[in-house]
Amino acid sequence: MTATVLRHEPPETPAESSSTRLTERVFRIRESGIVVVLALFVAVTAGVQHRFVSVSNIQFVLVNTAIFALLALGETMVVVSRNVDLSVGSVLGMSAYLSASLFGGRHGLPIPVVFGAGLGIGLGWGMVNGLLVAAGRVPSLVVTLATLYIIRGIDILIVGGSMVTANSLPGGFLGIPKDTVLGVPDIALAVAVVVAAGAYYLRSFRSGRELYAIGSNPEAAQLAGIAIGKRVFTAFALSGAIAGVAGVLWAAQYGTVDSTAGTGYELTVITAVVVGGVAIFGGSGSAVGAALGALLLSTINSALYVLGISDFWDQAIAGFLLILAITLDRVISVKLTDALRLRSTRRAA
Amino acid sequence: MQPDVELAPLRPPRPGLANLRARAPWAFRWETGLALIVLIIGAAGVLASPNFLTSTNLFNLGLSNGEIAIMALPMTLIIISGEIDLSVSSTLGMSSCLLGFLWSRHWPMIAIFVVIAIVGLAAGAFNGLLVTRVGLPSLAVTIGTLTLYAGIAEILLGPNTVSNFPTAYTNLGVNAVPFTGNAMTYSTAIFIVLAVIFGVILHATPVGRSIFAMGASPEAALFAGIRVKRIKTLLFMVSGLVCSLAGVLYTFRLSTAVQNNGVGLELDVVAIVLVGGISIFGGEGSVAGVVLGVLAFVGIQNVLLLTNFNQEASGVVAGGLLLLSVFGRNAASYSSRLRQWMPARGRRATERPGQAQAGSQP
Repeated sequence: MTATVLRHEPPETPAESSSTRLTERVFRIRESGIVVVLALFVAVTAGVQHRFVSVSNIQFVLVNTAIFALLALGETMVVVSRNVDLSVGSVLGMSAYLSASLFGGRHGLPIPVVFGAGLGIGLGWGMVNGLLVAAGRVPSLVVTLATLYIIRGIDILIVGGSMVTANSLPGGFLGIPKDTVLGVPDIALAVAVVVAAGAYYLRSFRSGRELYAIGSNPEAAQLAGIAIGKRVFTAFALSGAIAGVAGVLWAAQYGTVDSTAGTGYELTVITAVVVGGVAIFGGSGSAVGAALGALLLSTINSALYVLGISDFWDQAIAGFLLILAITLDRVISVKLTDALRLRSTRRAA
Repeated sequence: MQPDVELAPLRPPRPGLANLRARAPWAFRWETGLALIVLIIGAAGVLASPNFLTSTNLFNLGLSNGEIAIMALPMTLIIISGEIDLSVSSTLGMSSCLLGFLWSRHWPMIAIFVVIAIVGLAAGAFNGLLVTRVGLPSLAVTIGTLTLYAGIAEILLGPNTVSNFPTAYTNLGVNAVPFTGNAMTYSTAIFIVLAVIFGVILHATPVGRSIFAMGASPEAALFAGIRVKRIKTLLFMVSGLVCSLAGVLYTFRLSTAVQNNGVGLELDVVAIVLVGGISIFGGEGSVAGVVLGVLAFVGIQNVLLLTNFNQEASGVVAGGLLLLSVFGRNAASYSSRLRQWMPARGRRATERPGQAQAGSQP
């Protein structure tokens, strides 16, 4: 026994690491692929219409990306664990209205308090989702489809026909999306930092890695002693909390909030996440990729506008990209599996 | 499921209930519970308003929900086969815009119908081939085509609205089917006919059995000689065709083709199917359940409307019904888990983590 192990050990270690390297390289390719598409889009558009790379337009695109990139981070955490959160649009809507209405007549209210309120609302709903999925053991697609309706319904009951208008909000709050540091919008910087932190957490923390383990094989994760329920609950709670904060940003950006804020965002966010290389059935993908997916979608949106192409093409292109992305992923992963299998058979022979 | 089997002998003997379960298994079906809920909703409607059981109200109900109900039927088969189709409402929208686009270019109506049917089939085939031949998850594919088909609808009509359809067709939204006391719309009639057809196909033909089999276990179905890929592709094509028919109905009843027709209906359709007792994992459910699901979903919204509840907020109740439906179905496993968990709690605190762990096995 010992002898065989010893004899096999030397050739196996480098082989294993090289196959790990291959796998990693391929997943890098996935993210660099988005960067290439993004660069191509920017180059072509800028070539045709220089206005596209003007400072104001880049700022506009970054601000528009911020909310979706933030939502994409939360959604990534949920999706890598082989779940899905359809309720983000509704959570965003409720948080946007309730947090913005806190200002009602009290312009002196500190802005962090409002963000705290949004975070709390989102966290609460995220915990409800997490509890129903983890403890109720009901598929997240069904649970979050139900909470999508329920949260939006409660929002409508609270809001009724009224709305928060920009003139009831303090200038400092409405200025959040407009403030810049060295030409870069604050909001984009803040979101980039949050996404980087989220990506680092998912990549390097034990609890983050465990989300991938759960997503790629729940049974194996269970047998490996991972507390699936706890991890999935946390992922939903974080996704909700992030959607809550995104709601406050939404209110700051648009100023006018009624009961329809964020309607339909869930599918756009999932599109961004999947275009960004996160597998819809969990186990792979990164938060950075998802944020790049969001950036790509809003860049396309803006490019069409700048090129004078009717933005009616926007949706069709987003849908086409999504299908292209998942098809490419599939082809790559089939090729990868073949390559790894070939390698191991060669080694065995 | 496993704990259920293990614990069966430990349960206190309850001959009465066990007897009933053995003698009348139908009483424990989800459909029975749902039928009761529908009856309760109906009773609540009658009590809430004298207008509930009037032919005008029933007509309007059928009118505003006919397309959703029709789209729920192919969705039922697709979910039972283990897939999902989120592109239904976009297919509806695309067909609606195509109708408006071609009509505004003075095509004859018959030719338009043929084109719409072909486009619907092609849209479904595109979904089906990506899912079965490329091997992509249907959830991702149909989120993609949801956006793609809605995008095509936008490209076709842009900001325009087409509404000069001949009254012979738009009367679909005004006239009732003859001899039904002005209570039944054409879309309701089409729903009933399609429900019977889909019910027979699902529950009384080999194809129907295959659909259940592939939903329960695709590998086993394949090894049993079932053409899993072919049948799934066909199901998506049927869905495309039926949804484009729904698009025509939708356009004629509103006598308007506009690019955002049908946006967001896909979630209503999925919710109805799930309330109807179809398992999201496939392999389980019945068309009768989905018909009851339609009645429950539509009935609740109508009762809320008649009681002057903010109708747009009826999502609270619809979502609640959806949650109730999944938790109701899981009730048996919850009670067995609870029983497993309770003694552990009573014994010693230190034993709890281990016990809870064991209990949390799927």
